[in-house]
Amino acid sequence: MNKIVNDFSITVGTKNGSGSSTANNTILRSVFKMGIPVSGKNLFPSNIQGLPTWYTIRVNKDGFIARQDANDIVIAINPDSFVRDLASVTPGGAFFYSDDIKQPIPRTDVAIYPMPIKSIVKNDPNVPTDYRDLVGNMVYVGVLAQMIGMDMDKILAALTFHFKGKQKPIDMNFNALKAGAEWAKTNLEKKDPYHLEAMNKTDGLIMTDGNTAGALGSIFGGVQFAGWYPITPATSLAEGLNDYLPVLRKREDGKHTYAIVQAEDELAALGMAIGAGWAGLRSMTSTSGPGLSLMTEFAGLAYYAEVPVVIWDVQRIGPSTGLPTRTSQGDLTFTHFIGHGDSHSIILLPGDVYECFEFGWQSFDIAERAQTPIFVLSDLDMGMNQWMSKPFQYPETPMDRGKILWEKDLEEIKGNWGRYLDKDGDGITYRTLPGNKHPLSAYFTRGTGHDEHAKYTEDSNAYMRNMERLKVKHYNAASYMPKPINHPIKGATVGIIAYGSTENAVLEAQYHLAKEDGIKADFLRVRAIPFTEEVTRFIEKYDQIFIVEMNRDGQMYQILLTEYSQYASKFRSVAYHDGLPAAAKWVREGIVAVAVKDAVEKLNNKKESKSDLAFLVKILKSKSAKLSIPGVKPTATKSSSKKNSTISMIGNVSGSIIVMGSHNTSTINSSLNQAAIKTLAKHLGAELLKAIKENQYD
Amino acid sequence: MTETLPMAGATANVNLAGLSKNDYRGAPTTLCQGCGHNSISNQIVTALYEMNIVPEDVMKFSGIGCSSKSPTYFLNRTFGFNSLHGRMPSIATGALFADARMKGIGVSGDGDSASIGMGQFKHIMRRNVNMVYIVENNGVYGLTKGQFSATAERGLQLKKQGENPYMPVDICMEALVSNATLVARSFAGNPKQVKELLKVALAHDGIAVLDIISPCVTFNNQENAFHSYAWGKDHEEPLHEISYIAPRNEIILEREMEDGEVREVAMHDGSTVILKNLERGYDPTNRFEALRVMEEAQRNNWLVTGLLYVNTTKPNLTSIYNLVDTPLNRLTEVDLRPERAMIDKINSLMF
Repeated sequence: MNKIVNDFSITVGTKNGSGSSTANNTILRSVFKMGIPVSGKNLFPSNIQGLPTWYTIRVNKDGFIARQDANDIVIAINPDSFVRDLASVTPGGAFFYSDDIKQPIPRTDVAIYPMPIKSIVKNDPNVPTDYRDLVGNMVYVGVLAQMIGMDMDKILAALTFHFKGKQKPIDMNFNALKAGAEWAKTNLEKKDPYHLEAMNKTDGLIMTDGNTAGALGSIFGGVQFAGWYPITPATSLAEGLNDYLPVLRKREDGKHTYAIVQAEDELAALGMAIGAGWAGLRSMTSTSGPGLSLMTEFAGLAYYAEVPVVIWDVQRIGPSTGLPTRTSQGDLTFTHFIGHGDSHSIILLPGDVYECFEFGWQSFDIAERAQTPIFVLSDLDMGMNQWMSKPFQYPETPMDRGKILWEKDLEEIKGNWGRYLDKDGDGITYRTLPGNKHPLSAYFTRGTGHDEHAKYTEDSNAYMRNMERLKVKHYNAASYMPKPINHPIKGATVGIIAYGSTENAVLEAQYHLAKEDGIKADFLRVRAIPFTEEVTRFIEKYDQIFIVEMNRDGQMYQILLTEYSQYASKFRSVAYHDGLPAAAKWVREGIVAVAVKDAVEKLNNKKESKSDLAFLVKILKSKSAKLSIPGVKPTATKSSSKKNSTISMIGNVSGSIIVMGSHNTSTINSSLNQAAIKTLAKHLGAELLKAIKENQYD
Repeated sequence: MTETLPMAGATANVNLAGLSKNDYRGAPTTLCQGCGHNSISNQIVTALYEMNIVPEDVMKFSGIGCSSKSPTYFLNRTFGFNSLHGRMPSIATGALFADARMKGIGVSGDGDSASIGMGQFKHIMRRNVNMVYIVENNGVYGLTKGQFSATAERGLQLKKQGENPYMPVDICMEALVSNATLVARSFAGNPKQVKELLKVALAHDGIAVLDIISPCVTFNNQENAFHSYAWGKDHEEPLHEISYIAPRNEIILEREMEDGEVREVAMHDGSTVILKNLERGYDPTNRFEALRVMEEAQRNNWLVTGLLYVNTTKPNLTSIYNLVDTPLNRLTEVDLRPERAMIDKINSLMF
C-alpha cells in the first residue's frame, strides 16, 4: 500500500456537549506542533447537548488547509450518526469507531478499527465515574495517535496548554490517551495509508480563532467602549474583550480606561456604542446577521450623523433559528447599503485571523478618520475555528484620532467652525466632543436635517450639499483602505476575485485549475469597500473575472456590477452556500462550470478561440465533467459507430453540457446550437463517444 | 474649567458660574403655542441657571416625537443628540461614559418611552445612568397628529381614533419596579414644582425619572382627558412641597410637611391650580410606600405629584466601572494602546 503522508482529513463524529472539543483540539494542536500545516473546523448544530456534531481536521504538507470536502479518516463515537459517518469515508480510507456501538458495517473498501473506549476508561481507577465519557474522548485520540504517528511529546504539550498547566487533569487525560495508544499498538494492524511525519512548516506560527484575534486587535487599537449582546457566532469576540482587557490594560491604580456593557439587545448595543463613539470613545459592537438586522436603523443614523463606531459582523446563516451555527458571507450587500435612504458603508473584509487582529486596531483609525460606522465582516469559520497564523504584529502606525477640536483648537480659530463644514474639501469635517468646555464647542446631533453648522434645517439645498459631501467622503476613503492581496500565477488569462475566509479554498482551487483544468487565474482577495485602485487595475487587466463567495446571490458580484458598471460584462458570479467552511472543490467546480458556459456561448456564436475549444474538450474528458444528452438513452449512443451520427443525434435534441461535481449547486446548463455541436464534435470525435459509452454518461 | 468662559456682560444678572440666563437658552421653540413642553424647557433653563450648572458640563439627549424636539429649545451651549425613537437611553448610556463628570438630561415622551422605548427605558433604570430622564407625558402622539399613546387612559375619546380600549402604562410605576433610584411626577402647569423636582433630579447621582404630565393643547386637551390641563388641575395631589437647597450634590428633603397645607399655584396661562399636600408625612425613601401611594392614586384617579421615591445609596453606572479620573474621551494612545512587549506575551498564549 502506498503511504499517504501529511495529506488527508480526519473527521470525528460525536454528540454535542460530550466534551469532545478538548480531544479534537488536542489532535489539532499536536499536528500543528509537529510542524505540519493543519486546520480544524467545528461543524456543530445549534444545540447544547445531544445532537450530532463533527470536527474535521485537514492535514496538508503543501499548506492547503481549507476544509477538505472528503473524509479520509473518520472516527465515529456517536451512534446516532454512525451510518452516515461510515458512509462518508473515502474509499480506501479508515474508519475508527467505539465498539459499544452495535451496528452492521457493510463496507469492505475501508479499513475498520473498533476501539474499546468504554472498557479502557472503566479499567482506569484514576478516572472518576463522572469523568468517564469526557476522558473517554482521549482514548480515541490515543488510538489515532498510535495509528497515524502523532508525537506523544507534542500531545502532552497540547494538553498542558489546554489545561493551563494543571497537573491533575493533564495526567488523567494523558493517561487515558496513552492507554488508548497502548491498546492500539497491541491489538490493531495498520490497514490504511495515512501517516503523519514531523515537518517544520509551522515554525514561528501561532494558532487562534478570529474572534479572539479581533478582540485582541481591538484592544491594541485602544478600544474604550463596547456595547454588545450575546449571539452565535459573535459572542466570543466580546467575551475576548472581557478576558484580555483586564490584563492588557491593567493600571497601577487599578482603574479602568474602558467599559464593556452587555446590553439588553442589539438595538441598545449599537445605540450605546454610537453614544460612546459620538462622545469621543473608541467604540465598537460585535454581532451577527440577526443582530445586525436590529442595528440597521442606528447604523443608518450613525452614517448620517457621522459618528465613528466599529461594528463586527461575524456572519452566519439566519434569521431566527435558521442555521445559526453555519458560516456564510451573506451580509455583504446588507451592510454595504445598510440604513434607509442613500448610504454606502465602509466595509473591511479580513481574510484570516491575522487580519482579524490587524483590522481590529485599524478599524478604529478608519472610523475616527472617516467619522462613520465601519463594518468588519468576519464569519463563523474565521471567528470560531482555530486557524494557523503568522504571529500578531504590534501596530506600526500611531493612532489616527481624526479631526477633533478641543478647547485650545477652538481658541486658535476663535470658535469659527461648523460641525458639517467641509473646510479641507475632503468630505471630512471637524468635530468636537462633549466635555469640551469652550462655549462655542457644542452642537446638536441629528440625522439628515441639518446645515453645515448642525442647525436644524429642511432646506433642500443644504440637504443635497450634505448628501454629496457624504458621497465624496466615502469614495475618498478608498485611499486609506487596506489594499487587496494579490496571488498571481504565471501565464494567467483570467481573474478570480474573492474575499474573507475563502482564501485558502480559492488558493487550492487556483492551483488545481491551472494544473488540471487549463484555467490560469490570477487571484485578488479584496479586503475593503470602497474598492482601492488596485482592484480597478486588476479588473481592467482581465476579460473574464470569477467572483467567488459564500452566498446564493453573488453579493460581491452585485456590488462590483454597480461600482464598475463599465466592466459589467467581465464579471462571472461563482456563489455557493451550504453553510460549511469553504472547500476548494466547490470553488474549482463552480469556476469550471461558469467557464464552460462562457466557452459554449462563444462556440454558439462562432466566436470561439482555439483555447476555448481546447478547454471544452479537456473538461469534457475530465472526471469532473459529465456529459448528458436530454431525451436520449445511453443505448442510442452505443449503436452509433460513425462519428457524424452522434452529432446529428445531439443536434436533434438540442444538446446540453452539464458540468457538475458531487455538489449539485454548481450545476450550470449550457446549451449548444447545431453549428456549435458540429464544431465541438470535430474536436471530440471518437473520444466523446468513448466517454459516453464508459462511465461518464448519466 | 470656567476660566475659559467669556464673561461678556458681566454686569448683567449672572449666577455663581458667571453666566446669565441667556447662556442657558436654546433656539426658539417650534412646538404649538401653549404646549406644556415649552413650559418644561423653560424650567430646565431656570433650574440649571439657579443651580449654577455650567451648560458645558451637561449632555442632552432625546428620542423622537414632539418632546424629543425640545432639547433644541434649551441649552444651546450643551452637546445634544436627537437619537432614534425610543432609543435615547442607549445613546445616553454610551455617551456618558466618555466623561463621567457630566450629567445627562434626557427628554422623551410617552410615545417614545412607553412603547418602542419601553425596553430601553427600563434598562436605563436598572443601570442607574447618571441622567435626568424627563417624560413629557400627554397621552397622545402629537407629531403624527393625534393617535393614542400607551399612557392614554382606557376609555379616552380622541377625534378620528374613537375610544381607547387598553389599560394605560404608568411611567412612574414602571420606573419604580425597574429599580429607578429617583421617581417623581409633576404637572407642566405647575412650573414651580417642575423646577424644584428638576433641581432634585439634577442633584441626584443616578437615574432620575420625572414623569411630567404635559398637556397637548392640540390633540388631547378635552376636559375629561387624564393628561389635559383641566383634569390635571382637578386631580393633582402633590405629596409634599420640595425645596432644594444648594449645597453641592446633597439632596435635602423636607420630610416633615405641615399636614393639609393648601397652596395656589399660578399657571403660565394665567389660571391657578390648587395643590393640596397629603394629610400625612410621606417618606420618599420607602419604596413600598411609594408603590402603595401610586396604587391608591390609580384607584382614585388622582394625579399624585411630587417626589415619589429616592434612593441615594446606589452607585451610578460609571462609578460601578471604576474609571480613571481623566475623562475617557481625553485619554490618548499612551493610556489606550498596550505596550509593545505585550504583543509577544499575547503571541505566546496563542497555541
